[in-house]
Amino acid sequence: MVRAMAKTLAEKVWDQHVVRRGDGAEPDLLYIDLHLIHEVTSPQAFDGLRLAGRPVRRPDLTIATEDHNVPTTGIDLPIADPVSRKQVETLRRNCAEFGVRLHPMGDVEQGIVHVVGPQLGLTQPGMTVVCGDSHTSTHGAFGALAFGIGTSEVEHVLATQTLSLRPFKTMAITVNGELRHGVTAKDVILAVIARIGTGGGQGYVLEYRGSAIEALSMEARMTVCNMSIEAGARAGMIAPDDTTFEYLKGRPHAPDGADWDAAVAAWRELRTDDDAVFDEEVVIDADSLVPFVTWGTNPGQGLPLTASVPDPADIADENERIAAEKALTYMGLAPGTPLRDIHVDTVFLGSCTNGRIEDLRAAAAVIRGHHVADNVRMLVVPGSMRVRAQAESEGLDKVFLAAGAEWRQAGCSMCLGMNPDQLAPGERSASTSNRNFEGRQGKGGRTHLVSPLVAAATAVRGTLSTPDDLN
Amino acid sequence: MEPFTTHTGVGVPLRRSNVDTDQIIPAVYLKRVTRTGFEDGLFAAWRGDEQFILNQEPYRAGSVLVAGPDFGTGSSREHAVWALLNYGFRVVLSARFADIFRGNAGKQGLVAAQCEQSDIELLWKILEAEPGTEVTVDLIEKTVRAKDFTAPFFVDDYTRRRLLEGLDDIALTLRHEAAVTEFEQARPKWKPVTTPL
Ligand code: SF4
Repeated sequence: MVRAMAKTLAEKVWDQHVVRRGDGAEPDLLYIDLHLIHEVTSPQAFDGLRLAGRPVRRPDLTIATEDHNVPTTGIDLPIADPVSRKQVETLRRNCAEFGVRLHPMGDVEQGIVHVVGPQLGLTQPGMTVVCGDSHTSTHGAFGALAFGIGTSEVEHVLATQTLSLRPFKTMAITVNGELRHGVTAKDVILAVIARIGTGGGQGYVLEYRGSAIEALSMEARMTVCNMSIEAGARAGMIAPDDTTFEYLKGRPHAPDGADWDAAVAAWRELRTDDDAVFDEEVVIDADSLVPFVTWGTNPGQGLPLTASVPDPADIADENERIAAEKALTYMGLAPGTPLRDIHVDTVFLGSCTNGRIEDLRAAAAVIRGHHVADNVRMLVVPGSMRVRAQAESEGLDKVFLAAGAEWRQAGCSMCLGMNPDQLAPGERSASTSNRNFEGRQGKGGRTHLVSPLVAAATAVRGTLSTPDDLN
Repeated sequence: MEPFTTHTGVGVPLRRSNVDTDQIIPAVYLKRVTRTGFEDGLFAAWRGDEQFILNQEPYRAGSVLVAGPDFGTGSSREHAVWALLNYGFRVVLSARFADIFRGNAGKQGLVAAQCEQSDIELLWKILEAEPGTEVTVDLIEKTVRAKDFTAPFFVDDYTRRRLLEGLDDIALTLRHEAAVTEFEQARPKWKPVTTPL
C-alpha cells in the first residue's frame, strides 16, 4: 500500500515496526515489542512450539499472568475446578520450561493482564503490543498499537516475535467539548458504541481525539480504548501527551535518565499529522453525553440512564428489531420500563475496563456513608494485587466493607465467570465490565453495563441509579 | 509441518453436507491444553452410532475424507483441524469449504481439496462399492485418483506451495530471520524488557 507523506498515529506506529514489506500477495511482517500471556489462550501455542522443537525467541519481551481462572477468595487454597486448575498449572509449567516471567496467584504483581502491563510501565507509547485476548486494545491508551490475536498467532509471536498482517483502516473518533459532572470515560465509550454499532469498527483502528479525550486521565483513557473491540475494531489509540508521560515516569519498566529524555522526544512525534486523512471520521459532542447503561445483550444496545427500555416495534431495521426482541426476552424486560426502575441482584465492580485504582476511588466516594441495599450483593474485585494494595493503603477496602460490599482478590472474576464468581440463571447485575452477552457472567445471567459511579449508586439503591439519586 | 506431495490412503465417503465445526468436534472437547489427543472428539456425536462410517471396517483406518459441500462451517475453532489430523486424516475433499476452516487447514498441513460435486458423487460410489479402496491425492498434479477414476481438484497456489514445501506460517517467517535480527539490532535501547529488574 502506498501512503501519502502525512500519516495518522496508527500508520506511524505500524511503519516503525515493519520488518519486511509484503508485496501485495503477501502481508507485512510486523515486529512485536511486547507479548502478554495468560492461561486460557496460550497452552496450545506452547504445545505447538514443543511439537516443532522451537524456543521462545524473546522471553524478555514476553510476560505472563494468571487472571481468567483465578478465584478471588481463598487464593492460598488449590483451585477447586479441575479444568481451571489444569490451565493455570499448565501456564506455570510452560513459563518455567520456556523461561517466561510469570506473575502467579498470590504474587504482588499478579492481576488482569491489561492492568498489569501498564502498571509495570511495560506498555509505552509507540509500541506494538499483542495478547491472546481481545481487550488488548486497552494498551492503545498509551499511543501503542495493541490488539488481540488467536492461539496460532500467539505461537507465531512466541517463535518469531513478529506477525504477518495487512494494514488496518483508520477511523477518527473525535470527542469535542467537556464532559459534564458525573459523566465518565465508560459513558463516553458506551455512547460511541451505541453510535457506530458493534460492527462499526470492523477492520479499523480507532483513534480517539478531541478536547474531551485529552482531558481524560490515563486510566480513563484505558477504559475508552479497552472497549474499542466492542465496536468491532482491531484496536483503539490515543496520542501520547504529558498526561501519558507523567503516568509512566518512575514506573518500574519505564526508561530513566538520558533514556527517558530520548524516549519522550520520540514519543512526542507520535501524533496524527495535521493533514493526514482517516478512512472514516465520527464526531461526538462531549457536552451532550450523560451516564449510559445497556439494556440488551450486546454493548451497542445502550441508552442514557434517564431513558426507558426501547420498544422493538419502533426500530426500523429488521435485523436490529429482531435482535432487540430477543434481547428483551433474554433480559426479562418490558418495553417502556424506565431504566431507573430496573432492580438488580448483584453489582460487580472490577475487570480490565474499570478495575483500576481511580475506578475504586470513584465508587468508594459514592458509597461512603451508605449501605448496599437489601437483597443486593456487591463484589469489588481490584484489577490487580497492586491496585488492591493501593486501595487498602487508602482505606477504600474499609469503605466498601462498611457498606456491606465484598472485598476480593484480583482477577477477571465475574467479567466472564470462568472462576466461581458467576450470576445464577435469571439473576441481574449492574457490571462495570465490558460484555453483556447472553450467559457471559453466568448461564442465564442478565448484565447491564455501567460506569463505576453508576455501579456504586445502584448498589445503594438497588435499582439502576446515578450518584445524584442518592441526595 | 511435514511436506505434502502425494498421499495414498483409504477413502472415507461422508455423505453429509454442511458439516460444521461443532459436529467435527463438539465444544466439550475443547478444554484440553495440548494440540494432540483430539481424535476421540472427532465427530463425537456421530461415533456413538454403530452405523457411522468411521465405526465400520475398513473405513476406520481412513485418511482421505470425501465429504459433502460446505465442510467446516460455523465456529472458527482450530481444534476441528487438529481433530482430523490427530485421527489420521491428511486430506478432506469437498465441493465447498468454509473460509476459516480452509485457512486453518492450510496452516496446519491438512489438505482441503476442492472438487466438483459430481466428482465427489462418483468417488462416493467407488468407495461404497468397495470399502477400503485407496485414494491417491497428488498435490503436484492437483488430481485425485481412485481405481481408474481421476479428477482434478483446486487448492490456491499460495497454500499449495506451502504444503509442498512443508512450510507452516512460522517456518515461512523464520526464512526471514535475518531481517528480524537486523530489525532487532536497530530498535531503540530504551524499549522495555520484561525480565526482572
Ligand atoms: S477482565 Fe474480562 S475482558 Fe478483561 S481480560 Fe479478563 S475476562 Fe477479558
